[in-house]
Amino acid sequence: MIKLEHVTKNYEGSGRHAVDGLDLDIENGTTVALIGPSGCGKTTTMRMINRLEQPSAGRVLVNGEDISGIDPRDLRRRIGYVIQQVGLFPHMTIERNVATVPRLLGWDKARTGRRIDELLDLVGLDPAVMRKRLPHELSGGQRQRVGFARALAADPEIMLMDEPFGAIDPITRVKLQDEFRLILKKVSKTVVMVTHDLDEAIKMGDRIAIMRDGRLLQYDTPQAILAKPADDFVRSFLGKDRAIKRLSLIEVESMMSPARENPKGATVYPGDSLHIALSTIIADDLEGVDVVTVDGHRVGYLSRDALFAAHTAAG
Amino acid sequence: MIVVEAFNWILAHQTEFFSAFNRHLALCLISLAIASAIALPLGFWVARSQKASFVAINIAGSLRSIPSLAILAGTMPFLGIGLLPSVVALVVLAVPPLLLNTVVGIREIEPSIIDAADGMGMGRREILWQVELPLAVPSIIAGIRTGAIQVIGGAALASFIGGGGLGDFINAGIAIMNMPRLVVGALPIALLAIFAEVFFGWLQRWLTQRR
Repeated sequence: MIKLEHVTKNYEGSGRHAVDGLDLDIENGTTVALIGPSGCGKTTTMRMINRLEQPSAGRVLVNGEDISGIDPRDLRRRIGYVIQQVGLFPHMTIERNVATVPRLLGWDKARTGRRIDELLDLVGLDPAVMRKRLPHELSGGQRQRVGFARALAADPEIMLMDEPFGAIDPITRVKLQDEFRLILKKVSKTVVMVTHDLDEAIKMGDRIAIMRDGRLLQYDTPQAILAKPADDFVRSFLGKDRAIKRLSLIEVESMMSPARENPKGATVYPGDSLHIALSTIIADDLEGVDVVTVDGHRVGYLSRDALFAAHTAAG
Repeated sequence: MIVVEAFNWILAHQTEFFSAFNRHLALCLISLAIASAIALPLGFWVARSQKASFVAINIAGSLRSIPSLAILAGTMPFLGIGLLPSVVALVVLAVPPLLLNTVVGIREIEPSIIDAADGMGMGRREILWQVELPLAVPSIIAGIRTGAIQVIGGAALASFIGGGGLGDFINAGIAIMNMPRLVVGALPIALLAIFAEVFFGWLQRWLTQRR
C-alpha cells in the first residue's frame, strides 16, 4: 500500500504550496488516477512516490516503510516509471532499453533475455522483429509500448505513469488504454497515473483523485464521483454530461430485469455499458432492449425506465 | 612548375621534411589530446548547471574570436620559445570548440531521456557513461573536428615562436623568397587540414547514423 501522510511540497521562490497537506491511501493492486487542472500538484504528488521530488513536510510510506529512508536508486528500481515523452534511450536497441533495470539489478543474460521476450509479447510487440530495432524506427504507439515494457521489466509492485497516452494519436490511444488496463489487471500492479483527460481517468482508474491547488478535493470510485461530486468545482470539472459518463461505467447486467415475453427489435450484451444501451434505445426510439449473450441466449430485458433510474441507484 | 619543384625538394631532403612533418603532427596530436582532457570533463561538469553552461559557452565563444597568431604571440612573454609555449597556445586554441560542443551536446539531450533514466534508478555515473556520453559523442566529434582544423592551421604559426613543424618551411620560403620552399610547408598543412575535416566529418556522420 502507498500512503501519503499530510504531504506538503513547496518550491523555492514560489509563494504557494505545490502540494498542500495531502493525505492519500492507495490500496495494493488498484489503479488511482490523479486528475485536475494544470498546476494542481498531481505530477508533483506522483513524483514524490519514487523520490524524484522530496516532500517539504509529511511522509510517504510504501508497505508501511517511510521511503525517505530508502536509497532513491533502490526505491526507483522497484517502481515502474512511464512518462508521456516515453524517454527511450535513442542510441540503444529496444532490447537494451527494456533491459535497463535488469541491467542495473545485475540480472544474468539468460534471465534478462527471457524477460525481454516475455515483456515484448505482453505489450503486443513481436520480439523477433523488435529486439534489434532502434527507437526511431518505431511509431509513437510502439514506442510507448516499449516504454511500458521497460517499466515492467523487473516486475515492480508499483507503476507510476505520467500522462502515458498524452502524446499518442486518439485512435491508438484508446487501443493502448484498453490493452494497458488489461495488462495492469493481469499482473496486478498498484498504479498511480497522472492524467488531465477525464475519460481516461474514468476508464483506467479504480479510484480517481481530483486535485486543485495542491489539495485533494475528492477521492473515490469513478461511479461515486460522477454520482455525487463533492463540490461545485468537481461538478463543473466533471462536465454537464457526467450522468452520461456514468452510464458507461454500469453494465447492462446489473440493471436488467428478467427476459420479457415477446422480444423484438435491438439487443445488447450483458457486459455492454448502459451508455451503449441508451444509444441503442435512442437510435431506434425503443421502450427497451433485450439482453442477449454472445451465443444467442436471451437473458434479460432493460427498459427505458430502468435505464433512466440507474443514476439514482447506488454505484 | 612550383609544385613539382617543391616535390623534388622534398625528395632531396626527406629527413628534413619528415622530421618537420612529424613534429607538426605531434604538435597537433599532443595539443588536441591535452585540450580534450581538459575540455571534455570540464564540459560535462559545466553542463549540469544552466548558468555555468551559459557562462562557459560565452567565454568559449569569445576565446574563439582571438586570432591564432595573437594566442601564440601571447604565450611567448611567459613561456619563452620552443615546444612548450607552442603546445600551450594550441591547447588554448583547441579548448573552446571542444568545450562548446561538449556542453551543447549534453544540453541538447532530450530532458525526458534523463528523467526516464533517473526515474528508473540509474545513478549519476550510469547516466553519464550509458546515456549522456554516447548521446553527446556526435557533437563532441564535431568539436574535435573544428579543434583539429584550428590546431593544424595554428601549428603552422608555431614556427614564429620556435615551435618547429611545417611552418618552418613557410617562414624560410618567405624569408628567402623561395616559392617552392613555401609550398613544401603550405601544401602538406592544407592536405592535413582537409584530411582532418573529411575524416572527422565521416566519423561524425557514421556515429549519428547509428542511432
